[in-house]
Amino acid sequence: MMTLTKEKLTILREPDVIFFRNKAKEYAVKIGMSLVGQTKLITAASELVRNMLRYANGGEAILEIVVRNNIKGVRLTFADKGPGIKDVKQAMQDGFSTGKSLGLGLPGAKRLSNEFDLKSEVGKGTTVTIIRWKNGL
Amino acid sequence: MDKIPILKMGEFLLVTIQVDLYDRLALALENDLINMVSKTEARGVLIDISAVSIVDSFMGRILGNIASMSKIMDAETVVVGMQPAVAITLVELGLTLTGVYTALDVEKGMELLRSKIGYLPLDEENLYDDLN
Amino acid sequence: MKSKTASFLKKNKKQLLEAWMHNQLADSTLRDDLITNEELGKQSEELLDSLLKALGSGEFNADSDVFQPVVDIISELSITRARQGFSPRETSLFVMSLKRAFYSIMDKEFANDPALLYQEAVIINNLLDTLSIITMETFIKGREEVILRQTDEINEISTPVIRVWDGILALPIIGTLDSARTQIVMENLLQMIVETGSRIAILDISGVPTVDSLVAQHLIKTVSATRLMGAECIISGIRAEIAQTIVHLGIDLSNINTKASLASALKLAFNMLGVEVRRGEKKSII
Repeated sequence: MMTLTKEKLTILREPDVIFFRNKAKEYAVKIGMSLVGQTKLITAASELVRNMLRYANGGEAILEIVVRNNIKGVRLTFADKGPGIKDVKQAMQDGFSTGKSLGLGLPGAKRLSNEFDLKSEVGKGTTVTIIRWKNGL
Repeated sequence: MDKIPILKMGEFLLVTIQVDLYDRLALALENDLINMVSKTEARGVLIDISAVSIVDSFMGRILGNIASMSKIMDAETVVVGMQPAVAITLVELGLTLTGVYTALDVEKGMELLRSKIGYLPLDEENLYDDLN
Repeated sequence: MKSKTASFLKKNKKQLLEAWMHNQLADSTLRDDLITNEELGKQSEELLDSLLKALGSGEFNADSDVFQPVVDIISELSITRARQGFSPRETSLFVMSLKRAFYSIMDKEFANDPALLYQEAVIINNLLDTLSIITMETFIKGREEVILRQTDEINEISTPVIRVWDGILALPIIGTLDSARTQIVMENLLQMIVETGSRIAILDISGVPTVDSLVAQHLIKTVSATRLMGAECIISGIRAEIAQTIVHLGIDLSNINTKASLASALKLAFNMLGVEVRRGEKKSII
């Protein structure tokens, strides 16, 4: 997999969510992703950025255009230095939330992405990486 | 701070969301709307989201909250004009907005509200008046 | 490979090309109906040129950057040949026959040093094997692209959305309903709902061979998305055996309108819209 374009943003405040969403949409449009694909990507991004704000008071978000087997995709990485997730398996279940939300954030973001990776260490932070391919379902 | 205008149309309240909502704005809308329902004793709330390009779980929760709160105050809520891409994404996200009525556009939303609160369309009402 | 060998081969390019062309023209599978000898000579020379140039660098791994121009030429050649109607075997033989040309030239030069001959032959052998595999790969890739395009076309054609009445859409689904198909069905349906302002959509699954839990999940997703838009869905064409599997698998379709036939679904749709269809006074023509 190769990276074509890369950009790093710091997420600290609520309005950053919208700014980041628009950036992600820009990237998706650039590689010619369908409207449904774009919407899925920015919705997943929205969930993950919001998680970062809510549980870790913000963090870093990286936008990339990647290529694999001649197919382009958008990769988003969300890295925070928050409290980490104690039980990742539980956090990936629908309806589970330690905050007062619907508990759809992580599992929903996974369903909306083509590839999903979560690494978390308690006390150190959490990194979530998602990819949506141009022609992904 | 920005504010989303709420229009009063007879017994209904109409909200048209034209911008992507950030959290505080969405929460303010929820608050304003519920106060407005209480003040005007509205029987129905119509939320037009045809210009909204993304609904995530937070926004979904706000819509659900508005519906549940209005319901307690005897007002029905209809969300109208959802974009196809948004609908497909919401289903994949696992959010089906249970308890919220939906309609294709504002006109059909009005019709639905009238039928929900047991109102007859205006022309039919007149018809009955004539018969009496 | 010794640099001496590389420069020797470069010097003997003309003989190499001649030997190779000779091999190719002598081959019984030569497709002189598809390509002229002149053109074949041009293609061969181009490939040989870039190959010898790459060999001069002292690098013999076909995956390295030095060989990229060679790989590009071969891929291009393989694709054009596939289009011209060559079989993959013929294209790959084109590369393989170069091997023999190399051997015949090197055989003479290194006659008194068999160890070196063997060493250099192995390098040439490995290299040309890799290149011939690349012709095969490119050929298959070209074919795969055609298949993918056709699949997309089939999906597009096989999911029509029909307007059966003012405010009623029908979608006959024929064939297996997988995730990709569901996506297209959903997008087409929702788009049509917006365009026509239809309030009811009938999904007819008489043409779906089996309904397992995955297919059912896809149907439920489509119904949910339709409802979010503010329209209602009716699923029709549920055959007896499909009803049986649905119940045996424990799939809950209880909050979805289901009908056995498209006709009864249409009747329900009329009912929901308050439309009444009656036989007129006039005597029916049929």
